[in-house]
Amino acid sequence: MSSHRISRSVSERVLNFTFDGRRYVGREGDTIASALLANGVRVMGRSFKYHRPRGPWGAWVDDPNAVMSVRLGTVELPNCPATTTYLEEGMVARSVNAWPSAQFDIKAGLDVFHRWLSAGFYYKTFMWPDWHLFEPMIRRMAGLGAVSDDVLENYVSEQTHDRCAVLVIGAGPAGLVAARKAAEAGEDVALVDDHRLLGGGVYQQKTLEGKTPDVWVAEQTAAITAAGGRILTATTAFGIFDHQLVGLVQQGAFGTAPKLIRMRAGRVVMATGALDRPITFANNDRPGIFSVDAAAEYLARYDVLLGRRIALVSNNTLADGTEARLTTAGATVIRIDPTTGALKARGSKRLKGIWQDDRLHSADTILASGGMTPTVHLWRHAGGKLDWCDNRQVFVPGKGPDFLTAVGAANGEFDIDAAIAKVREPETAIKTSYHMTPLWPQPGSKGRQWIDFQHDVTLKDVELAARENYVSVEHLKRYTTLGMAHDQGKTSNMAGLAAMAAIQDRPIPEIGTTTFRPPFVPVPIETYHGHHRGQNLHPVKRLRLENAHRAAGAALCEYGGWLRPGWYGAGEAKDRIRAEVLQARKAAGIFDGSPLGKIEVMGPDAEDFVNFVYYNTIATMKPGQIRYGFMLTEGGVVYDDGVIARLGPNRFVISCSSSHVDGVRNHLETWRQDGNDPDRIYVQDTTAHWATVTVTGPKARDIVAALLPNEDVSAKAFQHMTFIETEWQGTPIRVARVSFTGDSSFELSLRQSKAEDLWGAVKSLAEPMGAGLMGLEAMLILRAEKGFIVVGKDTDGETMPHDLGFGVPRSKKKAAFLGDRSLHTEKANTKVRNQLVGLQVEDDSGPLPTGAHLTNGDTRPKSQGYVTSSYLSPTLDQPIALAMVQNGAARMGETVTVWHLGETRNATICSPCFFDTDGDRLNA
Amino acid sequence: MQIFTCPSCGARDEREFHFSGELGKVRPNTTGEVNEEEWATYLHTQGNELGAVREVWMHMTCAELFVMERDSVTMEVLSTTPLRKDVS
Ligand SMILES: [Zn+2]
Repeated sequence: MSSHRISRSVSERVLNFTFDGRRYVGREGDTIASALLANGVRVMGRSFKYHRPRGPWGAWVDDPNAVMSVRLGTVELPNCPATTTYLEEGMVARSVNAWPSAQFDIKAGLDVFHRWLSAGFYYKTFMWPDWHLFEPMIRRMAGLGAVSDDVLENYVSEQTHDRCAVLVIGAGPAGLVAARKAAEAGEDVALVDDHRLLGGGVYQQKTLEGKTPDVWVAEQTAAITAAGGRILTATTAFGIFDHQLVGLVQQGAFGTAPKLIRMRAGRVVMATGALDRPITFANNDRPGIFSVDAAAEYLARYDVLLGRRIALVSNNTLADGTEARLTTAGATVIRIDPTTGALKARGSKRLKGIWQDDRLHSADTILASGGMTPTVHLWRHAGGKLDWCDNRQVFVPGKGPDFLTAVGAANGEFDIDAAIAKVREPETAIKTSYHMTPLWPQPGSKGRQWIDFQHDVTLKDVELAARENYVSVEHLKRYTTLGMAHDQGKTSNMAGLAAMAAIQDRPIPEIGTTTFRPPFVPVPIETYHGHHRGQNLHPVKRLRLENAHRAAGAALCEYGGWLRPGWYGAGEAKDRIRAEVLQARKAAGIFDGSPLGKIEVMGPDAEDFVNFVYYNTIATMKPGQIRYGFMLTEGGVVYDDGVIARLGPNRFVISCSSSHVDGVRNHLETWRQDGNDPDRIYVQDTTAHWATVTVTGPKARDIVAALLPNEDVSAKAFQHMTFIETEWQGTPIRVARVSFTGDSSFELSLRQSKAEDLWGAVKSLAEPMGAGLMGLEAMLILRAEKGFIVVGKDTDGETMPHDLGFGVPRSKKKAAFLGDRSLHTEKANTKVRNQLVGLQVEDDSGPLPTGAHLTNGDTRPKSQGYVTSSYLSPTLDQPIALAMVQNGAARMGETVTVWHLGETRNATICSPCFFDTDGDRLNA
Repeated sequence: MQIFTCPSCGARDEREFHFSGELGKVRPNTTGEVNEEEWATYLHTQGNELGAVREVWMHMTCAELFVMERDSVTMEVLSTTPLRKDVS
């Protein structure tokens, strides 16, 4: 075993776990990766494309290789990075993308074919005849891990909103000092760190300011807490969003959904540290090759020594300290300068050594460092610019937003003493001990040299992309998938863009970086939605009469945001709906119409205002009258239909569609305030104040007469499209004669609190007359039998009123109205507009499918419109359909082909009104 | 997530607001002749400037329209004022 735990006298809790079926023992505080390394296990996964054996490169979020599927009890999560998943007793970890195990992977044979699997391979190979032929096979072979079929019912993220004056991100030395300074200055400080154990890289130090690292950290945290600062551990700042919003995700026990904290910070200190970058050399992806920083972390945090004979390959001074500590821990360290000759790793699953030119250094472990890269992701999320530093060969934070500052290694200060001195006294000039020699990928060099480990992008792939003119780093990324793995290029982006710079012989800053986008680490989707799903995301609006409907056996369904009765009673839905339709046509149906909009428009300018927002002329209406009309958008498209009632000279009620109330109210408010004098018009949405019971059918008049014995509701005294205001049981009630069914109808509206009384009274008067309750499904059929439209169902985003047969205001209305000019464009006048028609079915195959296309019947059919509503009419005992079809009004009697999913039928274009075409029943 | 300040209600989450349009758009008088180009410009042409912009927004929970001056690049809100000049 090359990597192993250094024994310590401290007694620690032991944790049992398995990996690929074998049992291992780790200890409290381990990650899965550190525990496996302590057991000498290095092969932890297979690469994405070539199935090459892979072990961890890093010790934390930068690792691209060791992704696992982990089960604990009944919870299994795919995509767990072994380097950041803390070990728990009884964990069952499995390598992904490897079968049967990471050590022996059957698909490893793919590696032999690497010459044919270069960048753009999929794009080039699977084009003919159709990508979809190959997709299932490729999908099976690709991917990392499988999603469990079990739904994690309790995997719901808690979400909180929080604020602070100063948010310090990262509790390494610089972050701790910054947080302490701000807290002691009396500021409201929150300090977050993604580890459970604060301190960042401090444990790699022997001492800091004369103290051991744990004592030094304890002193800082005690001071921060004493000054009122808050500290959040295991919490990652994954993104900075608009208006200083920082997304924080806090990890709990394995299998519990992380908590989301939306932190609004007055000032943000970015102390996110730096990442060690790989050196690009032949076979640099072999298990047993780690970053120098990872080796130092595994030793300092987990007492794991990665090797016994270690080749340490570094171009910078940070390796010096690590070399000393590894030696002290018992390893033999061979120091190699990577800038002096070409490197090649020797060995496959078990590392044997490293060649430099012709010289072989035998070693069981290789540590590599190509220099440190500041972690500037959050800086870029916030819109900060990056500057190139030639001395350190890094992008460092440049000009940024005022609220954000970067300190420590994140700001390119890799020397801890210098970094904390600068946090304490920002003005002092600091001498840093960090030095490095530039070292970047060498295009044209031999062997397979990995740039992106997880997605198997090599230097040759970058060269190929450049030859094929994918020279922009954004194109390079998408063509080769470089930087698109779960690590999002933390180790590969710098190497990739440096390779592209070298190929083009341009300086690195000229090539630039790809866009840094949140999240910094993978965040489960559940964390973003939290409790906001289903009803909690989009609560339905509920009827006052819901309990009455339930008692009557209603099937409650969502219609336009409202929970409404679809039909009543047990049994087959279609039988119940049919019975309700027949009952309504024979006697009467009682229907809860409460969601219908009731938006009042009042004031001295109300008449002009409604006349402007309506397509139809409203100004000529008299109090007591009702008119059917359309509201259009400025583009002339039908936005809503409904009736408007004039209550008085300066008062109207707009009864818009149930699902459009909020939209219509916003629409009215916008025109009221922007373009009119808002002191002379008032708009009030009173929908929620009213309950409406609709009675429709031949017996409707008798029912209403019995309900309101003092009113003359005869057809002569109470005409269609008028309303009366009276009292019922001492409560004001508005009775409107409008009809959506073609039958004589009365809408009875009164205040919500009397809804149950009215419903009960109407029901008990109606039932002896053979009438009964009716749900929305029956209403939809009744209206379709009459050819009455539902906006958004029988109309689309191009439908204008004249397409529906309402052409008079377009040619006659003098006053300005919304959308008026749009009704006279070339497009509005064209002959091939879709117009509303009915369709008569010629065969015995039942109703036409809604959405079916109407064609001219050619072998290569072209759509001339589509079916918008289709039912089996109980009243007529035949299928009926409404459709929008090109130039439909002029094509009555024409036979058209109805095409649906490859099947065709014939239908004849007819008037959209199928029933009582003379309208005799309206006043019956 | 942005925070906008409704002149009537104060600072609120952006999800309570609805973009109404760029400030200063005047509806052509459609009782007279309006040529196609003029109408198309009114309907479809937006300034969509980078940097400081002035827009009309609605705070949907109180239904008040107001003018918001903001930076379309940095998303900084520069000012919010009632659309009505004479509001007390
Ligand atoms: Zn408001």
